[in-house]
Amino acid sequence: MGQIEWAMWANEQALASGLILVAGGIVATAGRFTQWYFGTYAIAAGVLVCLLEYPRGSRAKGSTLERCGQRYLTAVLKLLGPLSRNYYFRAALHLALSVPAGFLLATILGTVCLVIASIIYLLAAVRGEQWTPIEPRPKERPQVGGTIKQPPSNPPPRPPVEARKKPGEEDATPAGGPPGGPRVNPIPVTDEVV
Amino acid sequence: MGNWVVNHWFSVLILVIWFGLNVFLFVQAFLQYETDDKYYYTREILGSALAWARASARCLNYNSMLILVPVCRNLLSFVRGTCSFCSRTLRKPLDHNLTFHKLVAYMICLLTAVHIIAHLFNFERYSRSRRATDGSLASVLSNLSHHGKEGDAWLNPIHSPDTTLLYVTFTSIAGLTGVIITIALILMVTSAVEFIRKHYFEVFWYTHHLFIIYIIGLVIHGVGGIVRGQTKKSMEESHPHECAESFEKWDDPDHHCRHPQFEGHFPQSWEWILAPCILYAFERILRFYRSRQKVVITKVIMHPSKVLELQMKKRGFSMEVGQYVFVNCPSISFLEWHPFTLTSAPEEDFFSIHVRVAGDWTEKLIKAFEQQKLPLPRIEVDGPFGTVSEDVFQYEVAMLIGAGIGVTPFASILKSIWYKFQRADHKLKTQKIYFYWICRETGAFAWFNDLLNSLEKEMEELGKVGFLNYRLFLTGWDSNIVGHAAINFDKATDILTGLKQKTSFGRPMWDNEFSTIATAHPNSLLWPGKAVEDGPSAWAPAPMWETQKKLLAPGFGSAQLRPLQPSGE
Repeated sequence: MGQIEWAMWANEQALASGLILVAGGIVATAGRFTQWYFGTYAIAAGVLVCLLEYPRGSRAKGSTLERCGQRYLTAVLKLLGPLSRNYYFRAALHLALSVPAGFLLATILGTVCLVIASIIYLLAAVRGEQWTPIEPRPKERPQVGGTIKQPPSNPPPRPPVEARKKPGEEDATPAGGPPGGPRVNPIPVTDEVV
Repeated sequence: MGNWVVNHWFSVLILVIWFGLNVFLFVQAFLQYETDDKYYYTREILGSALAWARASARCLNYNSMLILVPVCRNLLSFVRGTCSFCSRTLRKPLDHNLTFHKLVAYMICLLTAVHIIAHLFNFERYSRSRRATDGSLASVLSNLSHHGKEGDAWLNPIHSPDTTLLYVTFTSIAGLTGVIITIALILMVTSAVEFIRKHYFEVFWYTHHLFIIYIIGLVIHGVGGIVRGQTKKSMEESHPHECAESFEKWDDPDHHCRHPQFEGHFPQSWEWILAPCILYAFERILRFYRSRQKVVITKVIMHPSKVLELQMKKRGFSMEVGQYVFVNCPSISFLEWHPFTLTSAPEEDFFSIHVRVAGDWTEKLIKAFEQQKLPLPRIEVDGPFGTVSEDVFQYEVAMLIGAGIGVTPFASILKSIWYKFQRADHKLKTQKIYFYWICRETGAFAWFNDLLNSLEKEMEELGKVGFLNYRLFLTGWDSNIVGHAAINFDKATDILTGLKQKTSFGRPMWDNEFSTIATAHPNSLLWPGKAVEDGPSAWAPAPMWETQKKLLAPGFGSAQLRPLQPSGE
């Protein structure tokens, strides 16, 4: 049970509650039920909840599957800063949004579901969970030319090691890497292609 | 297309019958409540919303009956075993039980929505006609007494004009149970979405037990008799066709019409769901009984990359290739059962599973065994389940394709083929096996590597080098790995796996593979089996089956391919 991220389930529950609020609100408004203006409120609240909950947060470990097209809403949520990151705020917001819808039978189901989502978010907040946006993975570009820095410093044909040692540099490394830059071959090279 | 029809016609037939029955029940109930004279007066207040609510209720009863049956896995195994005389195609839908369960669940959600919306209209209309003072038939009907000496006179469940709908809902049995079971349904659905199920299985598993509340609530839901129709006696005395128009004169003692009397009907839900509930209760008792049976762990092997192999014995346990078992470890979690494919062959005197870390439960299991503390944790096993992949032994050339974790049934199949081969089992017609193993990286499947290694060696010893041909494809490669492979080209064994066969990188080119095999075996019957990894797959099966169609066309020799899938979880 240690690895359960309650916020993920709260997110699903809240999204479902938003949709149920919208549905109940539409029924009440379209049917012009008694006190149908609560229904209109429920539609607005439901849409707000859906927009807020649509971008899925990233999981603590491993990769997270994004919802289709959530990039744009993620960008908006990132702007809200702590308001979207903090789950205490979300719990309180959902609780507050759900109350007016509780006065109408058509939307009471949405209210109860949203309250449950709020409770689960509270649990998530108590456990220290936070909403982190899913960052798009940077596209790996092939590193063309990344390793080409300098032209080779000791191109073949190379003379044998002894000839490479300059007189007066007895204690230089025998492997003899002469300093870079264009060099004159100590042994004349002729092109023998006929 | 022809292949698809041959393989799936029975599943499609079942779906058509299921959906057809839904439509039939819906229409039948709808017409009953829309046209029956018994509900003439009820319709006067409620309109068509009554019929919509009742029709969706009947379909809800039907689907709630069906939803428990596909999860009775022991019952399904029993059916599968008893009907072994039936062809494979007829028994295949038994493997898709969970898909059917989800489909029925979606239908329940849809019907619940219809039912609730219809009843919202019903309640609203009852409320309005109770408050109406226009003297219409609807208001007269609504004002029929609840308390008079004719106790059954009332039609409108709303007692007084001041009662709010919320009050009526939460004080009537139907309303209260309705809200409760809908909440239970919503919680079950939100915790059962694939994302939650895959990553936080316990949330799904424990929340799904809310179905008990759903079933109990459903049975109680109709007890109040809130949907009322005219009594038979009242219809004989004052039939609505004769009396409805003269409703102002009902109070008049000289008038031939009396006030109509109404009655609710008995709850019907229990009739539908009693049998499946008993079946499911029996299933849980059976699972409990089987779990009490002693499982002896004969060997515990820790493979590299944290893969645990458990070899076990259980009295009366007999398995076939390609099956799976459910495993429970009470010291980790009392209620959770997790499926694992059996990796041992039936010829061995033990059965084994390979467990890889994939979540909370598996991690705890591996840790429990890693600690090597005696006594070993107790294991309970239920099974085996699943369709047997026994067809593989009847074909001369077998093409086995496993991706990712889907390779585990092939451990069982390969070992079994090997045993049958050794014992010169004449029922084994297989002459050649082509095994394709596709995975991101071999780390977690190093144990399977060892199996292939030992099979390779045994083939050599018996001089049958060409029997098992396998190709390993790594899709999670980078330039380092390829560089190493290129450098070590000359080595006899592959540097990554240690096997004689060199590893290939990327996805297989199925066109080439199929045509090579088809050319090599022009007159043989091929058995292609494919077990695919759950979740986002590392390879796309679709192009492979397209190629199959091409192979069946003239020009590719007469190799026949029957696309069968060894099923297992």
